[in-house]
Amino acid sequence: MSLVIDSVTKRFRTGSTPALQGVSLTAPQGAFVALLGPSGSGKTTLLRILGGLDFADTGSVRFADVNWLAVPARERKAGFVFQHYALFRHMTVAKNIAFGLEVRPRSLRPSKADIADRVKELLALVQLEGLGDRYPSQLSGGQRQRVALARALAIEPRMLLLDEPFGALDAKVRKELRGWLRALHDKMGITTVFVTHDQEEAFAVADLVAVMNQGRIEQYGQPETVKRTPNTPFVQDFIGAGAA
Amino acid sequence: MRGATDDHPLARWALTAVTIAFVVLFLLLPLITVFSAALEKGFEVAWDTLGDPDTVSAIELTAITALIAVPMNTVFGVAAAWTVSKYDFRGKSILTSFIDLPFSVSPVISGLIYVLIFGLQGWLGPWLREHDIKIIFALPGIVLATMFVTFPFVARELIPLMNDQGRDEEEAAMSLGASGWQTFFRVTLPSIKWGLLYGVLLCNARAMGEFGAVSVVSGHIRGQTNTMPLHVEVLYNDYQFVAAFAVASVLALLALVTLTLKSFLEWRYADEIAAVHRH
Amino acid sequence: MATLTLSGSWKSRKNALPGFGLSLGFTLFYLSIIVLIPLAALIIRPWELGFDGFVHAVTQPRVLAALKLSFGAAAIAAAVNTIFGLMVAWALTRYRFPAKRLIDALVDLPFALPTSVAGIALCTLYAQNGWIGELLAPLGIKVAYTPLGVVVALIFIGLPFVVRTLQPVLAEFGREPEEAAATLGAGRLQTFRRVVFPSLAPALITGGALAFARAVGEYGSVIFIAGNLPMKSEIAPLLIIIKLEQFDYAGAAAIGVVMLGASFLILLALNALQVWTAGRR
Repeated sequence: MSLVIDSVTKRFRTGSTPALQGVSLTAPQGAFVALLGPSGSGKTTLLRILGGLDFADTGSVRFADVNWLAVPARERKAGFVFQHYALFRHMTVAKNIAFGLEVRPRSLRPSKADIADRVKELLALVQLEGLGDRYPSQLSGGQRQRVALARALAIEPRMLLLDEPFGALDAKVRKELRGWLRALHDKMGITTVFVTHDQEEAFAVADLVAVMNQGRIEQYGQPETVKRTPNTPFVQDFIGAGAA
Repeated sequence: MRGATDDHPLARWALTAVTIAFVVLFLLLPLITVFSAALEKGFEVAWDTLGDPDTVSAIELTAITALIAVPMNTVFGVAAAWTVSKYDFRGKSILTSFIDLPFSVSPVISGLIYVLIFGLQGWLGPWLREHDIKIIFALPGIVLATMFVTFPFVARELIPLMNDQGRDEEEAAMSLGASGWQTFFRVTLPSIKWGLLYGVLLCNARAMGEFGAVSVVSGHIRGQTNTMPLHVEVLYNDYQFVAAFAVASVLALLALVTLTLKSFLEWRYADEIAAVHRH
Repeated sequence: MATLTLSGSWKSRKNALPGFGLSLGFTLFYLSIIVLIPLAALIIRPWELGFDGFVHAVTQPRVLAALKLSFGAAAIAAAVNTIFGLMVAWALTRYRFPAKRLIDALVDLPFALPTSVAGIALCTLYAQNGWIGELLAPLGIKVAYTPLGVVVALIFIGLPFVVRTLQPVLAEFGREPEEAAATLGAGRLQTFRRVVFPSLAPALITGGALAFARAVGEYGSVIFIAGNLPMKSEIAPLLIIIKLEQFDYAGAAAIGVVMLGASFLILLALNALQVWTAGRR
């Protein structure tokens, strides 16, 4: 069940520079892929296309043996974690996490008791036990991000998509959370695509890193390989800037 | 020692005096006049005039008109705000300008346009007469004119609010499997509830108080097509001053209640109503 | 796992959230029925008189007098409101004084009070035997049933537009530019003239324009105090109603079109002025 992205292009306004110019990559099932690049490189656009929140102009994506782009967003079961969490501000933490289960059609919906159990399980998983009745405004940034993750995991996603999830947090919390995210990924084995502009972060957590620039993938491979043998001047610059 | 940016005490005193005088003269005095003229012959007399059958009909008509116009414009306002804030498409600013149009149109013209369509010599006039359907000089005309003048209120309140709130939460809901309706009812509606209430409050105040537009389409048929604001005019022109001001007092009280609720919402839920206050 | 393979048209859709067609469709439908089609009727109707007939209809002396009164009184009232509205907004934003909350709340009154209520109150107040009319009579000043009464009513109607437009701008203005001016040796009046006022000018123009636009078409608050004598104290909206009662639909619509058109042009000019003053900084 690998992920195959083939020649995806996207242009936001006719005549302007394309956001994505023929992007392709392949990743095995269960891989942790980082899309790394500066702002404007197209990494978030690609992520949103994978999540069904934006649409490609041309190209295709296959995942789980399915023409992925033809599946509507709400049926993809692609858990999406937003940069600014996008927690439902008027619902408690528990209700946020339960949301994906509560909106399922009747035939697929678990019982109230089952939903409550699952929420408890997930709260424990993200180490927020006992905070189920709090509201997002009462939590710290790091806590909110963990709720967002628990919420995405509740729907038993086949793919996990994270858009600069730690961008709004301070350095110490970022380091903690990314280690913890990687451990979670190893435990659950979900194919994960992670967008960041922080190359230290990308190299620390990912199995495969795609360095992007102006809508193209400049280099794609294992972190060690990319670090040791940068293919293009851009990659060299971009990596070098952080490595010093 | 006064601060570098404090005005000279004399200037401060003068401006304050002018402010108070101006507001009292132009705003407070007329308000007081309404109540004092109503109570000229005592409370009992004023209260009795409200029991007059024509007055009761007027009250009923005002209530019914508001009960139809306000919910319909609310549904529209929500739909329009949702359309503008959650999607990308061309012509958005033209759309919002059109939605704002009734604000810049004189009340009399707001009534005129419906007469031009449904009146005896209007586009549909002959057809309506043939089928014995009454729009002008009857409830439907009054409701339509009221809907026109109160058209933008809810939309104008919700559009900046929903634009401000963005689409993240709705996109999150979608990624979690919610349908469009589920997303709207569970995620969007709770976030806009105070802004919605605020818009409905203003819409209702205008719907109950509209005079010019309704005046044109109503025909002033006593006991039938007079709303409260119209009935005030009828009584006043009849020299029934106490009665006129009694009804006017009821409307003035309604206005004061509206203003109080408005202030309350602005104070308590400032973040959750429009980001930009426009009237 | 249910998978849907939709036709290619789905790929070209630009919006991820569902329901675009339904919500836009409903919005446009409702907008057309309530606003666009009726307004179209207004614009089309006068033309049944032909172009010459249209011009003739709107240049009749009575019509011209009514338009002059409506636009003229609105301009004067807007000007008064601009001047005093600035003072009121300044005092409300910057000073503390007793009953300030009450005064602030009162400013919204014209928004909430039905126009006929305001109309009869103003008429009673300024009539010869009214509280204010009584005081002015010995001075030979008649307000009720004269064009002056129209101006007074329009001042009532327009004040909140100026004050409420200025207040947020003033509040946001911040003291720093004024502090800078003070350190450079400017007095308060100089600071106001050279530093504060130019920044307020765009908002002032906007507020005045809004007050003007509202006043031009105002009917209920004016109709009682106006006197309604043709050629002297008859406002344009009243003339429209009179023509409707005479079944002169085209004539009524013609006046309506002129009112809308003139307002539109004036607002366009004011808008341009506002952009110009805002851009000069």
